[in-house]
Amino acid sequence: MINYIIRRIGYGILILIGVNLFTFALFFTVNTPDDMARMNIGGKRVTQDAIEKWKVERGYNKPLLWNAQKPGMEKVTDTIFFERSAQLFAFQFGSSDSGRDIGYELRQRVGPSIALAIPTFILGVFVVIVFSLLMVFFRSTYLEFWGVTFAVFLLSISGLFYIIVGQFLFSKVLKLVPISGFAGGWDLFVFLALPIVIGIVSRLGGEALFYRTMFLEEVGKDYVRTARSKGLSETVVLFRHVLRNALLPILTSTVAVLPLLFLGALIMESFFGIPGLGSYTIDAINAQDFAVVRSMVFVGSALYIVGLILTDISYTVADPRIRLS
Amino acid sequence: MHQTGPAARLCRAALIALCAPALLTLSLALTACSEVSNNPHPLGSEKTNTIFAPFRERSPKYLDPTSSYSNDETPVTYQVYEPLYGYHYLKRPYELIGKTAEEIAKPRYLDKDGKELPDDAPGESIAETVLDIKIKPGIRYAPHPAFAKDAQGAYVYHNMKREDVADKYKVTDFKQTGTRELTADDYVYGIRRLATPRIKSPSYSTMADYIVGLKEYGDKMVEIDKALRKDLDPTDRDLPMLDFRNYPFVGAEAIDKNTLRIRVKGKYPQFKYWLAMTFFSPIPWEAEKFYAQPGMAGKNLTMNYWPVGTGPYMLTDYIENRRHVLERNPNYHGETYPCEGEPGDKEKGYLVDCGKPLPFADKVVFDMEKEGVPLQAKFMQGYYDTPAIERLDLGTTFIVAMGDDAKKEKEYKEKGIQLPTTVEANNWYIGFNWLDPVVGKGATPEQALRNRKLRQALSIAIDWEEHIAIFERGQGVAAQGPLPPSLFGYRNDGPSAFNPVVYTKGPDGKPVRRSLDEAKRLLAEAGYPDGRDAVTGKPLVLNFDYQSSATPAVKALLDWYVKQFAKIGVQLEVRATDYNRFQDKITKGSVQIFFWGWLADYPDAENFLFMLYGPNAKALTNGNGENNANYQNAEFDKLYEKMKFLDDGPEKQKLIDEMITIVQNDAVWSFGYFPTSAAAYHQWITNGKPTQIVRNHISYLHLHPELRATLLEQWNRPVWWPVPLILIALIIAVVPAWFAWRRRERETAARTPATVSATT
Repeated sequence: MINYIIRRIGYGILILIGVNLFTFALFFTVNTPDDMARMNIGGKRVTQDAIEKWKVERGYNKPLLWNAQKPGMEKVTDTIFFERSAQLFAFQFGSSDSGRDIGYELRQRVGPSIALAIPTFILGVFVVIVFSLLMVFFRSTYLEFWGVTFAVFLLSISGLFYIIVGQFLFSKVLKLVPISGFAGGWDLFVFLALPIVIGIVSRLGGEALFYRTMFLEEVGKDYVRTARSKGLSETVVLFRHVLRNALLPILTSTVAVLPLLFLGALIMESFFGIPGLGSYTIDAINAQDFAVVRSMVFVGSALYIVGLILTDISYTVADPRIRLS
Repeated sequence: MHQTGPAARLCRAALIALCAPALLTLSLALTACSEVSNNPHPLGSEKTNTIFAPFRERSPKYLDPTSSYSNDETPVTYQVYEPLYGYHYLKRPYELIGKTAEEIAKPRYLDKDGKELPDDAPGESIAETVLDIKIKPGIRYAPHPAFAKDAQGAYVYHNMKREDVADKYKVTDFKQTGTRELTADDYVYGIRRLATPRIKSPSYSTMADYIVGLKEYGDKMVEIDKALRKDLDPTDRDLPMLDFRNYPFVGAEAIDKNTLRIRVKGKYPQFKYWLAMTFFSPIPWEAEKFYAQPGMAGKNLTMNYWPVGTGPYMLTDYIENRRHVLERNPNYHGETYPCEGEPGDKEKGYLVDCGKPLPFADKVVFDMEKEGVPLQAKFMQGYYDTPAIERLDLGTTFIVAMGDDAKKEKEYKEKGIQLPTTVEANNWYIGFNWLDPVVGKGATPEQALRNRKLRQALSIAIDWEEHIAIFERGQGVAAQGPLPPSLFGYRNDGPSAFNPVVYTKGPDGKPVRRSLDEAKRLLAEAGYPDGRDAVTGKPLVLNFDYQSSATPAVKALLDWYVKQFAKIGVQLEVRATDYNRFQDKITKGSVQIFFWGWLADYPDAENFLFMLYGPNAKALTNGNGENNANYQNAEFDKLYEKMKFLDDGPEKQKLIDEMITIVQNDAVWSFGYFPTSAAAYHQWITNGKPTQIVRNHISYLHLHPELRATLLEQWNRPVWWPVPLILIALIIAVVPAWFAWRRRERETAARTPATVSATT
């Protein structure tokens, strides 16, 4: 298994290089360093001299991928791509194009992102599993029918709609929670309650239907009949046997979303004014701040790779028959 | 027993899952058991003397006075820094007054031999203007660690190592602070710093043309900076201090502790307006020294984030894209609220606070608000005292909404929202690129005449009154020329108020747009009868560059432009692009027709007419001029050169009239419109006179926190009754499930397989 993990980490590094290259190519296909300079300098009366100076100070005056003027290895190393990418692998994010310390910003923003994402994730998984198990429990009854109808109804509505309706209802009409904002301490709960509930409700429909299918597939298998024939109650059958056997696809879909916990929910953070990593990324894209975009994509892909490796490892825990090799 | 454990767990789980939203809501209700529970600010803050205002999109980019030149930065920069001059808060037309300067300095004029000239000497004979500006004594800087000294009088934070700042991210992380008196040397330092090669200095190129020796000084500083950085990598951020005290120049000097001398090339009456901008803020060398220490720049500890000034407020918190906090400067020098204004100010209550010390509010908190919906909602709930403190467009949106919706009108009136309006020095226009062969100047006199007729025809066809009615909801005035009504040079009986090329006078004397038949006639005379080239027969297709991509909101506007041109048979090809590309194209001169606007830097006609001055042509100066249409007219340029030397008066008025007549005839712009602007404040803010020129207005805003607290409580009383209702509804939904579950648990084995086989 250790060999397997080492091999997967090796692949992961290759993937990271690829993602980095791809992000780089995409970003510079759309923007030129001159665009970035103009956007970053901003305001009236931006001279060409100021643009050139901005580029030199940030190393954007160099060729993108190949520096034909330089000898030997410097042809590759004295380029924007190499200089800007190599340090990322040491998790040195450097400064944003506007001059701010990216590492510091990440540390500041990871807290609010996690404060929103972890409860949404844990409560969400819990609610979805319970809801879908209940639908399976009440299969072939009117409760299942209405459960499925309800799930399809939830699934059909855009996440944005939940946000707008939630803000309208709970903040404007009922005046129970602030419409947006963020604060530490006990106030955190007041600010996060609505986004968490909306986060759970907006994913409930789709995931409950998916989990229900998984559980229904398991519930007709021989071992379930055996469990029942032993006289176990339906509850024990579902929670102890069916749930464990249906865990693999559930794990695949949940562990893989781990990066989202750190990268934040982009729309949610934007609408609720939560200063997390999601809004940081969006701000950077709007400001054409390549240093931040690249760092966030890097962190995102690294976490995704870690998430996938963790998924593989969790398979062996959930199902002892699985051996990683 | 074995069976009841998991069953009970399942039941509890089900209950929790179903009741989660209600439980959360209930817990919220319990945690926030005060009168209001939707307050986004700390509880009780509504009772404090704190103004709450939002900011949009992102944090201000530049708070360094040398670099700052953007509207969104002014709520901080103009409250923290004090330029020499400022505008009278209430008087209109705007009146310049001394801020840290005792008064507006009377210029002395010298000829090329250095001999003094009389005040009425012709502008061409003046080689130099000398301004000796007296600075008020006893003004002190806001507390800042850069000034902190120990018992021996040595600076506490001037010799730090990188490791000393390792745990510092805010200027407030340095515990000791100090202050000192403002001197003329600080202004000298600030003016020298305009020539810095280290940071953005947008005013440098213009100022280098006017301040004696600044250009040469700038070149010298580039060399000095190169020498200082010779062993460093270009991307290095820890740079040795570029100490401007060591490099004097003749253009700005301190005659004594409180007298600043500025020497200006020739005569440039508009220079005084520049002295009211933050480019001319005092910069204490201590701050420069403090921020130049190793490790500071990498921590964003620079003047760009943590300004140092003598103004009414100081910046005490800066969380990027989240929050900025201004707090009262305890060392502020006691300016008072004005006792006179323009006619009508007394009736509007703007003079009630006459003679009271400024600033009124103790604290100003700016919170980031990206989305429009929460911003509006929080303003309506009273949690923002204004929806936009530095802009006047949102107030207009409120006025429009009131016109559209009687319910909203009632709500705004009930809540006592104040929406005072004004027409500011701001315009939007369509420009024709003078370098273009079809709509531009024209290579031959015949071609020039044809092109002019084409531009005139298009100017008639583009119905700006309709544009204002549809897209501005009536909040604007169609422009007759380049000059807005609020400036000297605009007169109701002059060419600035009536463009005879596009309008005729109606029976009531008001301008009426000329008919489309006249436009078509001009088009035919231009060589395009019915919109087709008279020689080739091909349809006339013009290209229109727009400064943002064609989102659904913009699409309607672009369709409208196409329709305007189509009215006389001209096809319009729209090239909507992002703002960067647009600017790039304008700089290269590769546009034909474009839409753009201008917000004046200062209230003088010169600041609009310079956009039509030939030598300022953008494409011919590599993007350094502001004449976006690249307009060239020798006669106009001659008049402009004369006009720029003149003080406001009949002679200047005459020249302005002549210049406006020339550009109206040339129709280099379709003059577009001047938008109406409106501020928006809650009833507990008084003195909120709308302005886009006076930038230090926050200190004049008088907040009445007791009234705010009372009204907030009334407006935001939480509605609790749906909470138990939601709970009951959930219980009602769960009860049948509970019974069904019980029934299923008690079922005999005989039925279960049948159910299973039915489902699988």
